[in-house]
Amino acid sequence: MAENNRAVIKLKERFAADIVEVKEFRGEVTVTVKKENIVEICNFLKTTLAYNLLTDVTAVDYLGQEPRFLVVYNIYSIPNKDRLRVKAQVSESDCSIDTVTKVWSTADWLEREVFDLFGITFNNHPDLRRILMTDDWVGHPLRKDYPLQGPDREPYKGRLS
Amino acid sequence: MANKETMTVNMGPQHPSTHGVLRLVIELDGEIIEKVTPHIGYLHRGVEKLSEHRTYHQTIPLTDRLDYLAPMSNNLGYVLAVEKLLGLQIPERAETVRVILAELTRLKSHLVWIACHALDIGAMTVFIYAFREREKIMELYEKISGARMTSNYFRVGGLSSDVYPGFEKDVQEIIDTFPGYIDTYEGLLTKNTIWLQRTIGNGIISAEDAIDAGITGPALRGSGVDWDLRRDNPYTGYEKYSFKVPVGEKCDTFDRYKVRLIEMREAIKIVSQALKNLKPGPILADAPQVVYPSKESTYNSIEGLIHHFKIASEGFPVPEGEVYQGVEAPKGELGYYIVSDGGNKPYRMRVRPPSFVNLSAIEKMAKGAMIADLVAVIGTLDIVLGEIDR
Repeated sequence: MAENNRAVIKLKERFAADIVEVKEFRGEVTVTVKKENIVEICNFLKTTLAYNLLTDVTAVDYLGQEPRFLVVYNIYSIPNKDRLRVKAQVSESDCSIDTVTKVWSTADWLEREVFDLFGITFNNHPDLRRILMTDDWVGHPLRKDYPLQGPDREPYKGRLS
Repeated sequence: MANKETMTVNMGPQHPSTHGVLRLVIELDGEIIEKVTPHIGYLHRGVEKLSEHRTYHQTIPLTDRLDYLAPMSNNLGYVLAVEKLLGLQIPERAETVRVILAELTRLKSHLVWIACHALDIGAMTVFIYAFREREKIMELYEKISGARMTSNYFRVGGLSSDVYPGFEKDVQEIIDTFPGYIDTYEGLLTKNTIWLQRTIGNGIISAEDAIDAGITGPALRGSGVDWDLRRDNPYTGYEKYSFKVPVGEKCDTFDRYKVRLIEMREAIKIVSQALKNLKPGPILADAPQVVYPSKESTYNSIEGLIHHFKIASEGFPVPEGEVYQGVEAPKGELGYYIVSDGGNKPYRMRVRPPSFVNLSAIEKMAKGAMIADLVAVIGTLDIVLGEIDR
């Protein structure tokens, strides 16, 4: 059960006010938090709970819901061999979150990618530039309201239509 | 007063030693590298965006094109993630065939690594030998899936078809001959003075820095971190096989070279254990709403045809939820993070590419090195741009 997870117990003791939801699905524990203390939470997970490897940073766009974005951190502990997923809520009106590059330097490029493809700003990031798209690109392709075929083009209707 | 002005040199995007369309902007003080800034994205095809508009089965061929040197590993990670979402158990025969092919893929990918890495440093013979041997695995790929590189062989729930008659014999031949080939590469390189001078002490990154930078796979093990997903978080039946996880000590290019060579030998051991384990049986899970019916039933019965048509056109619904599945791909931890909203297409599919994160450490590894050693650092990271740019 998610409540017995070692990280969840400690996180609930320390950051009770920040935790929005704890969920378990297929044996994977996901903790959803508010974005304000994300750096402290990540720092705590790394130093106290030995989640030393930041596997991935990405985001999910829930267009039409509030908060619209969830920034997803998949973290792993090499000594304990377990995973944890932390998700931080980011609203469309204040589309920014603090960077965790100070905690894991892996976050540098991964956050740049989220910035590029989702348009979420990472405060205090050392080098926040687009990474996959060109510097003069307009829009953020992985947002749900960005058309698949690209902006200002007729939607693709299939070969036979 | 010495002149402190640096010189900026552009390497790539069209450069034989950058293993694809990678552009590096290098700031040089004489021949010493002050700063490397990689520019990527030239090969961006929007795989993640595309997959949101395709059914779960239609995304499998997209994954072939990520790390095109190890397509079966990509297929494996993706189908495992979808199976995890569905909570699907797959039959033992399919698991065993997957392990055999995943390990042969590792062998194939490492052959390209050793070939290109050696060629970059100036040892051309190894390149020609390794590509000759790689052809044998490509032929097996072609026989089994119909394609030499973009295999698209694994399916959600199992395999697209059973292995061809004579598969065991072909795999056995690889098991018998490859240790000798690896001896040849070692003979050409391990005691070669030029090779040693170019690799020992090159691209040093400590275990702590490597973890902090998120490096995974053989590059991390070369820095002395004893961690392998196949052993520590086993998937698709890896817990049944015994194999060693090689670990380096000196954190340099030479140790990463040794680690990868041992990994190739261990991959052969896993393949030979798996081949003994290969028993006749079904190759698809018993889940008619997810897996395709047999070709016989599709061609000979109306129910089978409708069934096939329904899965091909509509796909299958997947329960709401989110999973992350990491596999030990030849280049490091390849992860798929899939969010499902209960429909027949992924709401969000994220690929965690090992090369992308490994490449981000290049700044740290190449700083202070000579410009000629930069190609050795790129080679030892074993990057592939199809996966970095997605």
